[in-house]
Amino acid sequence: MLLAHGGGGRLMSQLIERVFVPTFANPYLSRQHDGAVVRCGSVRVAFTTDSYVVQPLFFAGGDIGSLAVNGTVNDLAMCGARPQYLSCGLILEEGLELEVVRRVAESMQAAAGRAGVQLVTGDTKVVERGKGDGLFVNTAGIGVVESELDIGPEQIRPGDVVLLSGDVGRHGIAIIAQRESLQFEGTIESDCAPVAEEVLALLAAGIEVHCLRDLTRGGLGSALVELAERAGACVEVCERDIPVREEVRGACEILGLDPLYVANEGRFVAFVPAAQAERALGVLREHAGSAQAAAIGAVTAAGSGRVLMESAVGGQRLVDRLSGEQLPRIC
Amino acid sequence: MKYVDEYRDADKARALAARLARLSQHPWVVMEVCGGQTHAIVRYGLDALLPRSLELVHGPGCPVCVTAVGLLDLAMAIAARPEVVLCTFGDMMRVPGSRSDLFAVKAEGADVRTVYSPLDAVELARRQPDRQVVFFAVGFETTAPATAMAVHLAQREGLANFSVLVAHVRVPPALEAIVASPDCRVQGFLAAGHVCMVMGYAEYEPLAAQYRVPIVVTGFEPLDILQGVYMLVQQLEAGTARVENQYARTVRREGNVQARRLLETVFATVTREWRGIGPIPNSGLALRPEYSAFDAAARFGIECPPEHQDAGCLSGQVLQGRIKPPQCPAFASRCTPEHPLGATMVSSEGACAAYFRYRRPAAADHES
Repeated sequence: MLLAHGGGGRLMSQLIERVFVPTFANPYLSRQHDGAVVRCGSVRVAFTTDSYVVQPLFFAGGDIGSLAVNGTVNDLAMCGARPQYLSCGLILEEGLELEVVRRVAESMQAAAGRAGVQLVTGDTKVVERGKGDGLFVNTAGIGVVESELDIGPEQIRPGDVVLLSGDVGRHGIAIIAQRESLQFEGTIESDCAPVAEEVLALLAAGIEVHCLRDLTRGGLGSALVELAERAGACVEVCERDIPVREEVRGACEILGLDPLYVANEGRFVAFVPAAQAERALGVLREHAGSAQAAAIGAVTAAGSGRVLMESAVGGQRLVDRLSGEQLPRIC
Repeated sequence: MKYVDEYRDADKARALAARLARLSQHPWVVMEVCGGQTHAIVRYGLDALLPRSLELVHGPGCPVCVTAVGLLDLAMAIAARPEVVLCTFGDMMRVPGSRSDLFAVKAEGADVRTVYSPLDAVELARRQPDRQVVFFAVGFETTAPATAMAVHLAQREGLANFSVLVAHVRVPPALEAIVASPDCRVQGFLAAGHVCMVMGYAEYEPLAAQYRVPIVVTGFEPLDILQGVYMLVQQLEAGTARVENQYARTVRREGNVQARRLLETVFATVTREWRGIGPIPNSGLALRPEYSAFDAAARFGIECPPEHQDAGCLSGQVLQGRIKPPQCPAFASRCTPEHPLGATMVSSEGACAAYFRYRRPAAADHES
């Protein structure tokens, strides 16, 4: 295993497609959505899980605890579900201070309160010193899908408009800045936040949402490529319409990173019919977390499965998947 | 963003492209030397804005790409020693050596770390006196002064647990190798602005005069590159061969005098092997004898097995502007970013990686 097998890029999707999908073969998993939507009696339930291994444990704008709650809440929201109950598994390394565990737990509780979910079951294991990196968290969650819509990449249609819920790249830069002790003018805070409220508002407003995807490790670029491939559609976006904060752009310029592939923890894209795009944008902008929402592009044709971007100077280029994590360049 | 957006203005870019189209009367072949410029061209789609009669070929200015396989093998052998922490720039991690890459060596248990500056490696050596910290120093004249500073500091402080494996290379000898070769098609060069920021551009003047080839020191933003090409075509159409400076907001003729002095104090020029190209006289920097105590290769005395390079990789041809990446039979088939045959497919400045990342499906569609 290389680190890149967990990086959210091409190597990771190869691992999933070659090992996990064939081994666990079932129709829910093979949809490869952020979570599975299953039936329990007459109720449609969304179910998802995620593990968190971030270093440092505490960073500007969040910590591993709030990340673990929001990440799972957001995966449920991407299924169109109202997130309700979460589990929490902690793997602690021998020698970790009790105070750290307490801070993480309190942060999880606060995040759960904000997202309107409850942590109702859990598990704790301790591993020998040197066998874990301080603290790992796994959360799983369920939520009820109230809408009748089937939300997923296969619902994407030519003509759909791509909405982005806000500026991109803040989480990744906040982590790098903390990890590498980089000093920027002003602190860049992670965008770590729950997005379920915004998504449920879209559904409540009667927007016929075709597909939702939260932007995590691989950033906006990887998410769009994955959806385009899955939908067999061509997605065209415009670089100038993608909101990136000034300080994030500056940090990316210095570090040689492309904000398109920098991680987020409180952003999502929504594919909606063109006729409803303006109204959907209005709904999103009523919420503080998605006040900067923007229409960044559209689905132009079926069949090709790729993402094209009009560059800032008007040229056109392909948006590709990263093979692993972005590496800072030399000069 | 201030000082960036001004150089990415779409209207100005179109206007400049239109002026260039009117100016350009003959077919010309020009080379951008620096891989950073190659990526900007492909990423922003600048080549599509240029007149069809103008051909841009991509140059050797990708430090990761030209680092010899033997040096990479040596770095990996040093990294595998239990007492060593090997530090290098992120870009080096995925570059294939004979048998492996630094990511894989790290996965096998070696302590390999990405740093943003050689001074971070010096700091690590100060904090961990019981470990041997080795900086694998890769890059052109842009990054070499920081390595020189690291060695200088280590000597001043008597840091016995710090050393460097120097793979630094110089641009002018590589340009001369290209322009002096009998099958050279390149009629003008965009010289790398960041290298000239350190070194100035006086050393390019004899090259321009001797080989009758215009050279324009050029920046990295879209409008910089378009203006650099414009200035080059102006000279080509007029039949002149001077060194001009498009990147005057950053570059002075004498460069950064302090940085140059430091480079001369710490390094001497040597013949160095360029991956895929071969040895180029005076193209490498190596520690002067006064600093040889910091030479990692000597300190660890490691002998590497003979190097092996995949015969199907034409990266040397790509780096000299003889072919474009899609003309290599292995491109996007046997050679991809996950399984690169050569370093040009790995580095964020490599031409093959640029084409794979920003152009591949368009090219594939075109062929089908």
